Amino acid sequence: MALLAGQKAFSVVIDCDIHNEVPHLEELYPYLPQHWVDYTEESSFEGPDANDYPEMVATTVHPDIRDDYFGDGRCNTATRVRLIQDRVLDPLGISVAVLNNAFRVPSIHSVDLAASMATAVNTWQREQWLEADKRFRASIVVPSHNPVAAVQEIRRWQNTPGFVQILLPVRSHVPYGVRNMDLLFEAIADSGLPAAINFGGAPGVPPTGVGWPQTYYELHAGMAQVFQSQVMSMVYEGLFDRYPQLRIVLLEGGFTWAPSLMWRMNKEWKGLRHNVPWVKNWPADYIRTHFRWSLQPLDAPDDPDQMLEILDMMEADDLLMFSTDFPHWQQKEVAPGVPDWMPEDLRRKVCFENPRAFYSLE
Amino acid sequence: MAVSLTSPLQDRTGAEVVRTPIIDTDVHVYIQPDDLERHLSPFWRDHYLNFGKRTYDGMLFPRSMPMAARHDAWPPNGDIPGANLEFTQMQLLDEFDMDYAILTPLTGTGEVLNFDFGLAHAQAVNDYQIEDWCAHDSRMRASIIIPYEDGPLSAEEIHRLGNHPSMAQVFLVTRTRDPLGSRRYWPIYEAACEYDLPIAVHFGGVGGSGITGAGSPTYYIEDHAGMAQSFQSQVTSIVSQGLFEIFDNLKFVLIEGGFAWMIPLMWRLDRTWEKLHKELPRVKKPPSEYIREHMWISTQPIEEPLYPHQFNQMLDQLDMTDRLMFASDYPHWDFDNPMRAIPSTVADAARRRIMAENASELYDLPI
Repeated sequence: MALLAGQKAFSVVIDCDIHNEVPHLEELYPYLPQHWVDYTEESSFEGPDANDYPEMVATTVHPDIRDDYFGDGRCNTATRVRLIQDRVLDPLGISVAVLNNAFRVPSIHSVDLAASMATAVNTWQREQWLEADKRFRASIVVPSHNPVAAVQEIRRWQNTPGFVQILLPVRSHVPYGVRNMDLLFEAIADSGLPAAINFGGAPGVPPTGVGWPQTYYELHAGMAQVFQSQVMSMVYEGLFDRYPQLRIVLLEGGFTWAPSLMWRMNKEWKGLRHNVPWVKNWPADYIRTHFRWSLQPLDAPDDPDQMLEILDMMEADDLLMFSTDFPHWQQKEVAPGVPDWMPEDLRRKVCFENPRAFYSLE
Repeated sequence: MAVSLTSPLQDRTGAEVVRTPIIDTDVHVYIQPDDLERHLSPFWRDHYLNFGKRTYDGMLFPRSMPMAARHDAWPPNGDIPGANLEFTQMQLLDEFDMDYAILTPLTGTGEVLNFDFGLAHAQAVNDYQIEDWCAHDSRMRASIIIPYEDGPLSAEEIHRLGNHPSMAQVFLVTRTRDPLGSRRYWPIYEAACEYDLPIAVHFGGVGGSGITGAGSPTYYIEDHAGMAQSFQSQVTSIVSQGLFEIFDNLKFVLIEGGFAWMIPLMWRLDRTWEKLHKELPRVKKPPSEYIREHMWISTQPIEEPLYPHQFNQMLDQLDMTDRLMFASDYPHWDFDNPMRAIPSTVADAARRRIMAENASELYDLPI
C-alpha cells in the first residue's frame, strides 16, 4: 500500500477527512429535547434535505463497502465506528482521524430546530465517537445560516477536548467573506480553532453563478467552483484583515485549481485593488497563509509529471493535508494512501507535519 | 531570428523580419441611443422612448471606471468608448496593424426582460454593426446579438443573418438564467449549426441570481474575477448535457474568461465522469475530449504565473494551443496589448497560432 511504503520516515499519520454520518435520525433522539423528538415523530420531518451526498449515488460510498456501510438498513453508529476502524484507521496506521459530519443543519430554516439538531449531533459525536476511540477528533456542527445561533454552538463546544474545528458547508446563502457573517467568524477566531469548509450544503440558492444545473454530476464536479468563490470572497472582502488569526481548511474540494485561482486573483488585484483597499498583500499570499487543502479528491491529470508541476506552481509544501475522504469513492482503494508520485519529503509534511501544526496536535 | 508583432522590415542584424498577423477576437462596439433609435422600427422606438430597456434589477456592482473603459479610449468628439468607428480604427486596428477584428457588442440585449423588445433590440444592434461598422472596414466581422433567454426568437434572428458575410458568430454572455446545456437554449444551437456559426460566450451578464454558488458577493472585483467560475459552470453544463453529440458541428468560443482554469476543470470533469457517467447517457467519451475538439478560448485576461517557465507548462497542460485566440478586450480598462500579452518565452509557432492562425481557421479569415 502506497501510504505504508512511504511511511518509513515517519510513524504518525493524520487523516483530516473521514465522514461520520448520522445513520438514522433516531440515533440523535437521545440527544434531542423531547419537544423536538415529538415534533419529529408527529411531522414528516426526516432530517436536513441536502442532496449533496445522495445515498444511492456511486461516489457517496465506495462500491467495495456499500453493503457494510448501509448494512441492509441495520447499520447504527457502532457499526459505522467499527467500519472506519477496520477499513481506514487500522490498515493505514492512522494515529489521528478528524471526523467531518455532513449533517446539514443550515438547510433547516427553522433556526430553533436547526440549533437543537446541531447540539444533538455534537453531543452524539462526543459520546458515540470521541468516547469510542481515542484516535478520533470531531468537528463542531453549527447552524451557520444563523450566526447568532452558530456562535452559541461554537461556545458550547470549543473547550471540549476532541473538538478540533468548526465545520461549514461550502454552499452558503451568502459568501463567507460578507460582513453579515462576521459574528460567526469572530467566534471562530476567538475559539482559537480553525474552520473547515467542506463539500456540499443546501442553502436554497443555486450552486452555480448561472442557475440550477440538471444533474448530480454537474453539482458534484461544480462544487470546485463554489470553493473558489469562497476563497475569493474571504480574501477580497477582508475577512483575514479583520481576523488575522483565522485559519481555514478546504475539505474535499480538490486542489489542482489553486494555482489558476491564485494567478487570477493576483491579476485582478493589480487592476482593482482600490475596490478593496484593506487587501494589502498579494491575494496568493493571503491564500497560502490562511488556507490548507485536504488531499482527496486529487482531480489528477493522467500524467503524474503534470501533478508535480501543479504542486510546484502552488508551492504546496505547507498547504496539503492527508485525507482518505472515507467513505466517498475517490480512488481504487476504499482508504487510499499517499499517491505514488508524491515525493518523500512532501509525504512527511502532508501526512504529519502540516496537519499536526494546523490542529496544534501533540 | 527575431520576430516582431508589428512590421518593421529588418531587425537590428539586418535580417528580414517575419510579421506575425494579428486577429483580435474581442473588440467591443457600443451603440449610442441615437444610433439605436435610428435602427429601431417606429413601434419599438416608441416603446424604447416610453419604457426604456428594462432589465434585471439589484444585480449590478459599481464598476471601477466609466464604461469600464481605458481613460484614453474616449473619442475626442464626445462619443462613448467603442462607439466611434474612426477612433477604434485609429487606436486599435491601425495602431497594431491588425488583420481582422471580431466585433463583440456588449449591449445587454439578452438581459432585456421583454423578449419581444429584446429581439427588436438585437436586430437594431446587428444592423448597426453591419451598416455602420463592417460596411466601412473590410477588416471587421460582427457577432449576431440575440435575445438568448428565448430560444425560438433567437433562432429567428440567426436565420435572418446566418448567411450574411459580415457575421462571424452568434453571441451571448456567460451569466445566463440557466446553464447553457438546458433545452431552452437548444434552438440557438440548432440554428447556429445550420450556418456553421460558432457560439461565442462572453464575460458578463447578470443572470438573475448571484454570481457565486453561494449567493452574491459585495464588490466589483469579485464580480469581475468571479466570471471565471461562471465559465466553468457553463463548460460543465455544455459538455455534460451532451450538446456535442446532438449538434455535430457545434462550436463554442469562450471570450474574456481566461483559460488557466480550464486545465483543472478538465481533470475534474474527467475524473468525476469516470464514476458518474451513468447519469450522462449522451456523453460518450471523457469530457476533456469534447472540450479540446469543440471549444475555442480567447486569451484575455491572460493568466500570469509567478514564474515565466510556468506559462509554458500551463500551455502544455492545456494542450489547446490550436484553440487559443488572441483578444485585446478593447476599449476596456483591462485591455491586453497584442505586443506584450503573450510571454516572450512562448515558441514562435504557438505564438502565430494564438495571434491569428486559430482565429483565421475558425472564422474563415484568410491571412
